[in-house]
Amino acid sequence: MNGPILPQSVQIAFLAIGILLLIASLTSIQLVRTRPERDYSELRQRIRTWWMIVAVFAAAVLFNRTLSVTILGFVSFLAFKEYLSLIPTRRADHRVLFWAYLAIPVQFYWVWIGWYGLFIIFIPVYMFLLLPMRMILIGETQGFLRAIGTLQWGLMITVFSLSHMAFMLVLPPEKNPAGGAMGLLIYLVFLTEINDVAQYIWGKSFGKRKVAPKVSPNKTVAGFLGGVATTTLLAIVLAPWLTPLSRYEALGAGMLIGLAGFVGDVTISALKRDLGVKDSGSMLPGHGGILDRLDSLTYTAPLFFHYVYFLHY
Amino acid sequence: MLRILFYSLIVKPLVLVMLGLNVRGRNHLPTSGPAIIVANHNSHLDALALMSLFSNRVLIRVYPVAAADYFLRNRWLKWFALNVVGIIPIERGPLDSKRTEKGADVLAPVIAALDRGSILILFPEGTRGEPEAMGKLKNGIARVLSERPDVPVVPVFFYGLGKCLPKGEFILVPFFVDVFIGEPLYWEGSRRAFMDKLMEKMQALQSRATNIASSI
Repeated sequence: MNGPILPQSVQIAFLAIGILLLIASLTSIQLVRTRPERDYSELRQRIRTWWMIVAVFAAAVLFNRTLSVTILGFVSFLAFKEYLSLIPTRRADHRVLFWAYLAIPVQFYWVWIGWYGLFIIFIPVYMFLLLPMRMILIGETQGFLRAIGTLQWGLMITVFSLSHMAFMLVLPPEKNPAGGAMGLLIYLVFLTEINDVAQYIWGKSFGKRKVAPKVSPNKTVAGFLGGVATTTLLAIVLAPWLTPLSRYEALGAGMLIGLAGFVGDVTISALKRDLGVKDSGSMLPGHGGILDRLDSLTYTAPLFFHYVYFLHY
Repeated sequence: MLRILFYSLIVKPLVLVMLGLNVRGRNHLPTSGPAIIVANHNSHLDALALMSLFSNRVLIRVYPVAAADYFLRNRWLKWFALNVVGIIPIERGPLDSKRTEKGADVLAPVIAALDRGSILILFPEGTRGEPEAMGKLKNGIARVLSERPDVPVVPVFFYGLGKCLPKGEFILVPFFVDVFIGEPLYWEGSRRAFMDKLMEKMQALQSRATNIASSI
């Protein structure tokens, strides 16, 4: 256990998330009742899946380090598996893919023992050098560059980036008296997801001019700016409860999460557009695949982590 | 008992965690026998993945039909295949004139199992082919149906298992797998007509699979 009692701010955070979801559930039920002519089944499904995501996240955050690292490692595994199932892979690379999968338990083992040095270079350096070597031993050169490029990119996005979430939990808790060990991660995940929702709502309400029409036609300037503003405001309000960030640092963190979340979102959109699929999978009813939900986090997790790490650890 | 333990403690968790099946048309799966399930064959995992779709209550009546020359080739594999996996072994190979008499009996265990009310899994390609492709279908299935014309045949197409564990590999690599289950079809009056219809249904499922995989 991280301690017999959870920090009060963490208890309040989960209570607040629960209340937010409850409001969402009740609103959607109300919508179904008052406007039976419209189909809200996807919205209902989406909110139901949100409950599930929050339950898994709570399990990942609230108990102990072993469980946290296991659950977050498993989430990375699902994301990497979804990625590999989506992209074209060469049959000759069967064993190479197996080695790439092995990087996941190893990477999360570095997190578990808190070995920052290896955590930060294992995939960008050692896996980066090992996987092409393993491919060369098989000897298939046709499509080599494409195969190794797509594989390493997938490992970076789904394993290296996302493992930063887990490393936040093993940072020394005494540096974050307000939020304890789990404050930073709750702050990051909450703001990233709120940013997604806020950009969507602002865009739906006021959006006209498109930001990236070729990649993601639903993203508008108003949605983007409104989302970043909302996220930044919340970042400043929540920072003293969950993080060691000062007010100005929190302002920076909020803008960083708002911007990076947007970029992560459109990056996964570009991937899907290239492959000609609408959703990355079907694991999360109403949302699509697991990558559809984690897209923003693939950018916000490492960027926010290093921002805070530089300032306070 | 051993079979139920094997499937609920090993196969189902393995399929759930390592693979992840995305099943469309699960309602078409038979819940009672006699019935035949026909699937494309790319991997040893095909039969196991299919078995994992059934509840334990139904599972005890489901048996994959498999090649005797392969699965009974040594004592250990034979014991495992018969008692743990629960296959119904049949002889395969061309029915030349010398074997005609024997050939008539080749499918006898299959018919006997249907008469006991079993649900059988059959791979009419006869062997594991290229990943996600489908080879020519052998018409043994039509011969079975000509004798038991009331038995429903449920076509199933797997997409992705050939990548997880292709022929000749023993290391499993995880991928999400799409499973398409079609409506049951029935005996058509002649072997030729039935085989044509089966091929058509399997190809329809296959094109649904490749459509989803390549272009939405």
